[in-house]
Amino acid sequence: MPAVQETIDQVRLIDVDQYKYGFETEVEMEKAPKGLSEDVIRFISAKKGEPEWMLQWRLDAYKRWLTMKEPTWARVSYDKIDYNDIYYYAAPKNNPAPKSLDEVDPEILKTYEKLGIPLREQEILAGVEPRNRVAVDAVFDSVSVATTFKEELKKAGVIFMPISEAIREYPDLVRQYLGSVVPVTDNYFATLNSAVFTDGSFVYVPPGVRCPMELSTYFRINEKNTGQFERTLIIADKGSYVSYLEGCTAPKRDENQLHAAVVELIALDDAEIKYSTVQNWYPGDAEGRGGIYNFVTKRGDCRGKNSVITWTQVETGSAITWKYPSCILRGDNSRGEFYSIAVSNGMQQVDSGTKMIHLGKNTTSRIISKGIAAGRSENTYRGLVSAHRKATGARNFTNCDSLLIGNQCGAHTVPYIESKNASAVFEHEATTSKISEDQMFYCQQRGLSEEEATALIVNGFVKDVLQQLPMEFAVEAQKLISISLEGSVG
Amino acid sequence: MAEVTLMKTPAETGLAQAFEGAKALLPGNAESRAQAFEQFNLRGLPHRRVEEFKYTDLRSLMREAAPFAAKPSGEEARAALANAKALAGVSALQVPFVNGHFVRDAVRFESLPEGVEVVPLAEALASGHDWLAHLSPIPWASDNPVYQLNTSFMADGVMLRITGPVETPVHLRFVTSSASAVATATRVLVLVEDGASVTLLESHESSNGAGHQPNDVVEIIAGDETDVRHIRMNVEGDQALALSTLAVKMGTEARLTSVNLVAGAAVSRHQVFGLFNGENAKAQINGATMIKGRQHADSTLVVEHGAPHCESRELFKTVIDDEATGVFQGKIIVPHHAQKTDGRMMSAAILLAEGGAMNNKPELEIFADDVQCAHGATCGQLDEDLLFYLMARGLPKKEAESLLVQAFLGEAVEFVDNEPVREALVAAIEEWLRTRS
Repeated sequence: MPAVQETIDQVRLIDVDQYKYGFETEVEMEKAPKGLSEDVIRFISAKKGEPEWMLQWRLDAYKRWLTMKEPTWARVSYDKIDYNDIYYYAAPKNNPAPKSLDEVDPEILKTYEKLGIPLREQEILAGVEPRNRVAVDAVFDSVSVATTFKEELKKAGVIFMPISEAIREYPDLVRQYLGSVVPVTDNYFATLNSAVFTDGSFVYVPPGVRCPMELSTYFRINEKNTGQFERTLIIADKGSYVSYLEGCTAPKRDENQLHAAVVELIALDDAEIKYSTVQNWYPGDAEGRGGIYNFVTKRGDCRGKNSVITWTQVETGSAITWKYPSCILRGDNSRGEFYSIAVSNGMQQVDSGTKMIHLGKNTTSRIISKGIAAGRSENTYRGLVSAHRKATGARNFTNCDSLLIGNQCGAHTVPYIESKNASAVFEHEATTSKISEDQMFYCQQRGLSEEEATALIVNGFVKDVLQQLPMEFAVEAQKLISISLEGSVG
Repeated sequence: MAEVTLMKTPAETGLAQAFEGAKALLPGNAESRAQAFEQFNLRGLPHRRVEEFKYTDLRSLMREAAPFAAKPSGEEARAALANAKALAGVSALQVPFVNGHFVRDAVRFESLPEGVEVVPLAEALASGHDWLAHLSPIPWASDNPVYQLNTSFMADGVMLRITGPVETPVHLRFVTSSASAVATATRVLVLVEDGASVTLLESHESSNGAGHQPNDVVEIIAGDETDVRHIRMNVEGDQALALSTLAVKMGTEARLTSVNLVAGAAVSRHQVFGLFNGENAKAQINGATMIKGRQHADSTLVVEHGAPHCESRELFKTVIDDEATGVFQGKIIVPHHAQKTDGRMMSAAILLAEGGAMNNKPELEIFADDVQCAHGATCGQLDEDLLFYLMARGLPKKEAESLLVQAFLGEAVEFVDNEPVREALVAAIEEWLRTRS
C-alpha cells in the first residue's frame, strides 16, 4: 500500500529545504592549525589544560588511527574525506571558558535564544515553575559555553559538567571509565575521536540518587571547515536513575562537515539510564550539496545486575548517518531498549540501527525501529542481536518497519540474529500487525481500524519516552509521532 | 586496519593447480572457464570478511582441495547407483550422475517420457550445442565464488528441455562414491518451455568417511505460465563439504515450488538465486534443515523481484541438535519498477541442545514504494508448555520432542504435493529423529 497524503505532507514539512536552523553566527573564533598532527593534538590538550595521561591517551589513539582504514561496509557513499582539511579545534575567541553566562559572547547567547535553548536559569525560574526543568550543557563547536543548574545538581550529588572540566576536576573517575565501553581501538571514527575529542558532557549519578531533573546537551556546529568531536560519558552508579537528552543543529553550508562522536554509558547494579537524541544536523540541500557527516559510536554497558539502558533516537538530519547505539547486556537480568524513528529526505543516507549483545543471564532487549525514506534518500536499518553461550534465558524482540514515499528512494533491512544459547528466545518481525495481538484486539474492539490501532500502540510506546524531551527539542519529534504506519514494508 | 594481503591457502593453491591441469582437458569454451576461474582466484575462497560468507568461512572450512573425480567405469557407476537410497523408491525418470559424470547407460533415450528431452552436457559442451546459450540465466550469480568454481570446473551434467506437461517426475541423482575424497562439479540446465510443467527431484548422497567436495549447480529457466515443482534432498556423507546452487529465472505467470531438505554433510551451503522476469509469477521456496553433531548447514537465498506483481514466499526451518551450527541468509530485492510486489520471508530455528548455534540474517532491499514485504526470524528452544502437555499424556521426553520437531519441519515439507516424494521426506525426518542421541 502506498503512503497516504497525510504522511506525505508531514514528511514534506521536514524536507531538507525546510531546515530552520541553518543560520550562521558571527563570532570571532580561535582555531587550531588546520589538519591533524601530533602538534594539533597537543594544542587541543593544552587548551583544555589536561593532565599528562590524557595527552598520552590521545597520542596513542592517534598513532593507532594512522594504521586504520575507513570502514566501507555501511550502505552509504560519499566523497573521500580529507582529514587534513579540517579544523579540529574552534572556540569563541572572547573568553572560551566563561565562568558565568554574563561572560559568554552575546552573539552566542543570541544563537541559543534563536534555537530555543534556555541557558538562563533565572528566566526559567522567573515565570511559573515549569513541570520539567532541564539542565543544559551547551557545546558550541569545540567548547562548552554554558552549563546550567550545576550547583543545584551538585546538591543532589550529581556531577554534570563539560568533560574537559571533569578531566581536570575528577580525573580518577574519568580515568576509570573513559574508553571502558568504547575502547580506543574500537573503530576508525571512535579512534579518531579519542585522539581529538574536544568537548561533550560528563555525568556521574551517585548510588541511589534519582537525578532531580533532565540533563541535556545541545551541540551546535557553527564555524566553517571544522569538525566536531564530541565525547560524552555517563555513569549511573548503583540504584541511580538519569535521563539525558541530546540535540544538535548546524548552519546551512555547501561543504560537508564531520561530526564524529563517542558516547559511553555505564549502568551499574539496578541503575537506569535513558538516553534520547533529536538529531537534526543540517542534511544538505535537495541536490545533496553540503550537510553533516554524522559518524557516531554510541554504546551502553549494562555492567551491573538489573540495570537498564534505553536509547531513543529521532533522526531527521545529517547528509550521512552512521550510527548504531548499542547495549552490552553484561549484568544478569539487565535490559536494553532501542527506539528509533529515522526519516530521510532529499539525498540523505541513513545507515543506522543497534546492537544488543546478550552476555548475562535472563537479559532482555527490545528494538523498535521505524524508517521513513522520501526523496532520493537511502534508509538502512542494520542491527545485531546476539546471545553468547552463557546468556541463558536471554530474550529479544525486534520490530523494524520502513516506509517509502516515492520510488526514487530505498529502504533496506539488514538484521543479524546470532544465538549460541538454546534457551535464548529471539523474535524478529517486520509485520506491523504482530505487535501484541491482545492490545490490537482491545483497540480494534473499541472501533479503531487495524492501522489506527497499530499507530496508537507503537506511537504510544515511543511517545512515552519522547514526551520527556523538553518541548524545545521535541518540535520535530512531535511532528513525526503522528506519522501513521500504513504501507509499511518491513 | 592495514590492508592485509591474504596468503593463498593450501586449498586455494590446490584449486589453482587443479585448474591448470584440467583446463586443457575440460570440454567446451576454454575462455569462459578461464574467465570464471580468474575471477574466483582474484579473491580466493570467501572468508568471514566477505559479507555473503560471514557465517560460512570457506577459507577455513575447506582445508584442502580434493582432486576432481575421474569418470567411473560402467560397473563402478552401476554399483554406486545400486547403493544409493535417497528418493530411490519414487518412480521417476532417472538421470544419474556418479562422481560428477552423467551415467549415460542408465537413461533409455529412445523411451523418454513425452515432453522431455535430455542432452548430456559433456557432449554438448564439446560440440557447441545451441542450448548452451541459456547457461547462467542470472547475471549476478556469476559474482558468486561457489558458482564461479562450478563454471570453471564443470565437466559434465545434462541439459533438459521440458516441452509440455510432464507427469513423470525427473529425478536428478547426484551420487559420489569413492574411498578417498573427491571433488565434483556438475551442471544441470532445465529449460521449461511456455505452458509446460514438471516435477524435478534432486538427491545428493555420498559415501561416509571421506571429505568429498561436490559443487553442483542446477539452473532452471521457466517460461511463461509454467509450473515447476522442485524437491531437493541432501543426505551427503558425514565428512562431505557440499556446495550447491539453484538458479531459477521465471517468466510471466510462472509457478515455482522448491523444497530443500538438508540432513547430510559435515558442511553444506545451498544457495538459491531466484529472479522474477515476468509479471504475476509466484514462488514458494522452502527449506527444512536438521543437523547434529558438529554439522554446519547454510541456506542462502537471494530473490530479485525483477518484474511487478510477483509474489514470493520463503519458509526456512532449521532444527539444531548437539553442537551443530545453522545459518540462514535471505535477501529480497525489489527494484524501482517492481511495484505491487508481495514478498514474505520467514526463518525459524529450534536449538535442541546447549552448544548449538543459529545465525539468521533476513535482509530486505527495497526501492519501490507500493509493495508489501515482510520478514521474520525466530530462534529458541522447543516450547516447554507443549512438551509438558505431551509428556503429561504419557509420551517419553524424546518422543514428545520428536513429535514437535516433526510438526515444525513438516510445515516446510507439506508444500510437496507428490505423495511418494513427501512421504520420503517425512521418512528422512523420522530417520533423523530416530538416530539422534
